[in-house]
Amino acid sequence: MIELKNLQKTFDNGATYAVADTSFSVEKGELLGLIGESGSGKTTTLKMINRLEEPSSGEVYVNGQNVLAINPEELRRNIGYVFQGIGLFPHYTVAENVAAVPQLLGWDENRVTLRCQETLKMVGLPVDEYGARYSSQLSGGQQQRVGVARALAAEPDVILMDEPFGALDPITRAELQEEFKRIQTNLNLTVIIVTHDMTEALLMADRIAVMKDGEVLQIGTPQDLLNEPKHEYVKKMVDMPKRRADRLEKLVHSS
Amino acid sequence: MSDNLREQLVLLPEYFQGHLLLTLISLSLGIIISIPLGVWAAQSKIVKRPLLTAVSIIQTFPSVAILAMVVALLGGQIGLVPAIIALVLYSMLPIVRNTVTGLETVADEVVEAARGIGMSSNQILTKVRLPLALPVIIAGIRTAAVWTVGVATLSTLVGATSFGNYIFTGLQTSNLVSVTVGSLAAALMAIFLDSIIGGIQWLTEHRNQKSSTRKFKQVKFIVITAVLLGGSFSAYSILPEPKRDFVIGGKAYTEQYIIAGLLATELEAAGFTVDQRIGMGTEVLYTATANGTVDVYLEYTGTVWANIMNNSHNPGRKVVLESVTDFVKEKDGMVNVGTLGFQNRYALAMRKDRAQELGIVSIEDMIPLADGLIAAGDLEFFGRLEWITLRDTYNIDFAEKLTFDSTLMYTAVNEGQVDLITAYTSDGRVAAFDLQIIEDPRNSMLPYDSFLLASSRAAENNRFVEIMQTLVNQISDLEMREANRLVDVEGRSVSDAIAYLQTIIHE
Repeated sequence: MIELKNLQKTFDNGATYAVADTSFSVEKGELLGLIGESGSGKTTTLKMINRLEEPSSGEVYVNGQNVLAINPEELRRNIGYVFQGIGLFPHYTVAENVAAVPQLLGWDENRVTLRCQETLKMVGLPVDEYGARYSSQLSGGQQQRVGVARALAAEPDVILMDEPFGALDPITRAELQEEFKRIQTNLNLTVIIVTHDMTEALLMADRIAVMKDGEVLQIGTPQDLLNEPKHEYVKKMVDMPKRRADRLEKLVHSS
Repeated sequence: MSDNLREQLVLLPEYFQGHLLLTLISLSLGIIISIPLGVWAAQSKIVKRPLLTAVSIIQTFPSVAILAMVVALLGGQIGLVPAIIALVLYSMLPIVRNTVTGLETVADEVVEAARGIGMSSNQILTKVRLPLALPVIIAGIRTAAVWTVGVATLSTLVGATSFGNYIFTGLQTSNLVSVTVGSLAAALMAIFLDSIIGGIQWLTEHRNQKSSTRKFKQVKFIVITAVLLGGSFSAYSILPEPKRDFVIGGKAYTEQYIIAGLLATELEAAGFTVDQRIGMGTEVLYTATANGTVDVYLEYTGTVWANIMNNSHNPGRKVVLESVTDFVKEKDGMVNVGTLGFQNRYALAMRKDRAQELGIVSIEDMIPLADGLIAAGDLEFFGRLEWITLRDTYNIDFAEKLTFDSTLMYTAVNEGQVDLITAYTSDGRVAAFDLQIIEDPRNSMLPYDSFLLASSRAAENNRFVEIMQTLVNQISDLEMREANRLVDVEGRSVSDAIAYLQTIIHE
């Protein structure tokens, strides 16, 4: 589980706060959607969890351990991370990308190979067919499947995702969302997905935290947000997918 | 095939070996030093700017000046070591700069991903940034390789064998074939290296996408074959050279090539093995003989008197010879094993018709006319004692003082572009262009008796000294002028001039 306590981040010595006094927790096996527009502080918040950004003040606990007390590299190796824009290593094959973290952790070769096969199969890319390819030989959707496999490879129970499906076409995106949700449920993973797509958050997340200008406006289940938005901005955010869903429903019934 | 070309091609294996050795050692050291420096600069802003500025400044220095400075810093040592140091310095800029650029242009998101999965800074560098920067770094090595092959030709000037031997010998002895062979050989070596490294660069650039295509396999095959081929040549070039009995030195002009060749022929006839290192400057050669890297070369009394002993007066021919002989012995342990007979001193010379027209016989006649005369000197003259003494003795200065390569200087006076030149008394071109030597009634010009300056080691060898002494006072001004004329004016080979002198000496 992940716990944030009064987390703050300023890049200008306190003149402004990218993240201001944020506290929430994510339970074991829970998928939290962290949603907001650009500059809302959602990505900075995510990066403070595995110390890609250092907090200005406040504390982060992952599985009960204060992350500031852990060597940052050690910490990152034990938390899966899926990057915005994918971030695969272009000079590594698919298999080498997936093997990267287990190798950093010093797993023996056999275990790495087996785990590679396993995770690639999990994301629908059999190692025999895809293992030797380079990312430039894959489609965008396949690349992000590798990105997910890489994050899962070292068997972490916490995974952080930074707009993982943002760059994909709608069909591929929907497929990957569903598949990932299935994997997350099966493995009982604790996950935070940063997104600006409310539909994605509503369909995938157990709970959603809405951020604006560095602050969490509301945190709750999709039903909470849809039915009882506590803030004008939150209402605006959930109204759009709601209206679209209504219109789609009418379209379906009118035919 | 002409005799001249055949004569040049005989030298090819030795020069090739020297050039390849220089290039490969310098380039390897350059890579070993420059890549870590580039990595350091890419990590640290404090290091980056000064380092890039420093290697750029080195690059702006003329390569000849760097060679000269390295020789001076090493206390006059000549040969491979100073040449390699200078070449390494010269090769650094493109490798350092491309390493920095290559590392800095790795996409931020890839570096972020590496951090995000838990790589340490070192792991990010070695597993991600360096491999991705590799094609750019190799491109820098490629540039450095071409530069190194080119600049290596200059290492002849500090006594390291290279294709430059062809070029400098050819320039000084008006042997176009020699210059062409040397330049072509250097160009071919540069193209060959450029292509191999270019191939490696292409392979690293395309290693991800195209590693299974036919073209990739073909390029890989060609590169591997070329590397193996180049590798075996290099292995051959690192074979230790057989130790020679004597090393004969020489400065960079015809007379020196002829006399060095003559000494070599005489010593070889007596069963010794010799090595010739020709094309160096006086300072380098003098120091090299003092420290025993060179065993013997043709020196002139006036050169040692003025340039080494720093005298600025002229006590006359006999005193200068004696002082110089004592000086080289006492100061540097070298031995004057004998004068050859001819002098190669400076003298003002004019075209005969021009001298008659102006009524000039001696320098005194020039005094009232000097501010209307254009003089041309060789690369050294107007910086030398002779010029200062001449100027002060006669209180004379010329309207213009131009500096030329000596060959061009003679052409200029012959074509009437300049009125007078600073000729050399043993120069074949004085006779060939029918120049008049202007008399020097006040003895302002230093004497330049030619003598054989030998290292202490060589001078202890009785057989060596005997052979040298058979040459003492055997060659007159006129005969040396004729030998020089054969090469410089008639375009005959140095061997022909040596043969001519041998008939005179052994008649």
